[in-house]
Amino acid sequence: MSRPDLVTVTPARSAPPPQSRRTGRIPVALLLPAALGLVFLVLPLAGLLIRTPWSTLPQRLTEPGVLTALRLSVQAATLATLLCLVLGVPLAWLLARIDFPGRRLVRALVTVPLVLPPVVGGVALLLVFGRRGILGGWLDSAFGFTLPFTTAGVVLAEAFVAMPFLVIAVEGALRGADVRYEEAAATLGAGRWTTFTHVTLPLVAPGIAAGAVLCWARALGEFGATITFAGNFPGRTQTMPLAVYLALETDLEAAIVLSLVLLTVSVAILASLRDRWLGSS
Amino acid sequence: MTARRLALSAAMMMVALTGCGSGETTDQRPQGGAVTGAVTVFAAASLTESFTRIGEDFETANPGARVTFSFAGSSALAHQINQGAPADVFASASPANMTTVVDAGNGDGNPSVFVRNQLVIAVPDGNPGRVSGLADLTPPDVKVALCAEQVPCGAAAVKALDAAGTELIPVTLEQDVKAALSKVRLDEVDAALVYRSDVRAADEEVDGIEFPESAGAVNDYPIVVLKNAPNGSAARAFVEHVLSGPGQAVLAAAGFQAP
Repeated sequence: MSRPDLVTVTPARSAPPPQSRRTGRIPVALLLPAALGLVFLVLPLAGLLIRTPWSTLPQRLTEPGVLTALRLSVQAATLATLLCLVLGVPLAWLLARIDFPGRRLVRALVTVPLVLPPVVGGVALLLVFGRRGILGGWLDSAFGFTLPFTTAGVVLAEAFVAMPFLVIAVEGALRGADVRYEEAAATLGAGRWTTFTHVTLPLVAPGIAAGAVLCWARALGEFGATITFAGNFPGRTQTMPLAVYLALETDLEAAIVLSLVLLTVSVAILASLRDRWLGSS
Repeated sequence: MTARRLALSAAMMMVALTGCGSGETTDQRPQGGAVTGAVTVFAAASLTESFTRIGEDFETANPGARVTFSFAGSSALAHQINQGAPADVFASASPANMTTVVDAGNGDGNPSVFVRNQLVIAVPDGNPGRVSGLADLTPPDVKVALCAEQVPCGAAAVKALDAAGTELIPVTLEQDVKAALSKVRLDEVDAALVYRSDVRAADEEVDGIEFPESAGAVNDYPIVVLKNAPNGSAARAFVEHVLSGPGQAVLAAAGFQAP
């Protein structure tokens, strides 16, 4: 039995299998667009760096609002990712392993937040979870609890926008995984739940990790749904993207500094996580 | 030098990206006083309804002219103009953003204040919370949306609240006046401080409560013909139309005050 090929769904694994070392020149038809693609992605970052006010950077970084917004951003994105893992992994499993009527439709519905403009997503969330919303009205009358304008609201908005990234990545990993391991577990008497926790999950762990990273990154940069659903208040709902947007109204340099902070922190966190996975796998 | 060149290319990209709807604008000189050609007007979001109407009137009065609008936040528009966006006229919701454009040398002549706008308390239709003034907004269980201080309506709100000596803790500081108003329309907040013209535009869903302290925070709206206007003469004609009787009547009907 061959080891299931996880490479296609796991960016976290980078060790190239031996057969990938091919001979011959790299075709220009691939190299040129690849280089252009890279330049296209990196150039805006260079634009930010060029306009960065390096001389006043230390003062700007130590402004109290920056740290508050950064902390809130990281916390909310992490909580949103956890929420997405708890709900999204089972959903991905259902889509990948269970053949039920309407599966195609469900799969299409999962991607709705991807195509929905985030601001529209925010309005939609208000209509459901707002204090006059279908569920939110009940929450308010039964528990006196409302989600808009709270940090929980930020988490909810980010999870809504980011969950498709996780579900799609995990479903891809599950489809790429060899089901014979699960079948073997079943023949040895393992129930579906035991098979899921002891065989399936470890098998697709790198795929889940990759999905979680995408999900976290998307949540961290979320703007539209957050400001629409959770509003903007420093320390409670003002995440970094919101702070950047408002800084842009009056002070371009402040906006650039805030963007750089967000970029640096997210890249640092992602890189350190990636190293950890590479070390363990 | 490199920074300038970069700024220039950034400006070109910005123009390309924002697609200001004036790509085909050419320098069409009027013949015999007639106003012809395309006029591109960059106007504050709060002018959307009234300027659209004024644009239609202007085209009716000048059959050879065509007006295109780009409505957005005043500061975003000011950024775009200073980056070289091909606009003819700039109508700002605050003097500060107009100053940005004029100081960069992009104004042709002095801006004129064409209307003023005053804050009111927007409440859901029928005023269920029986709000009659700023003091009714201070209890902690009353949810209030303000604009963020970085945008004109937020700066005006701070001024008005200071003038009243009212300590008000909002639940949210919205990115623009329409966003603050939409929180009232969706009934997520009990009140918001917005412009009278915004309340007028959303007449069926919200009521506006006037409050005396807003007199100290009246916002001037300046308008100017831009120096690099592709169609300067038509731009001047448009500004004259805005300042004229018919133009002012449309603005007054939309809830603006005369300057």
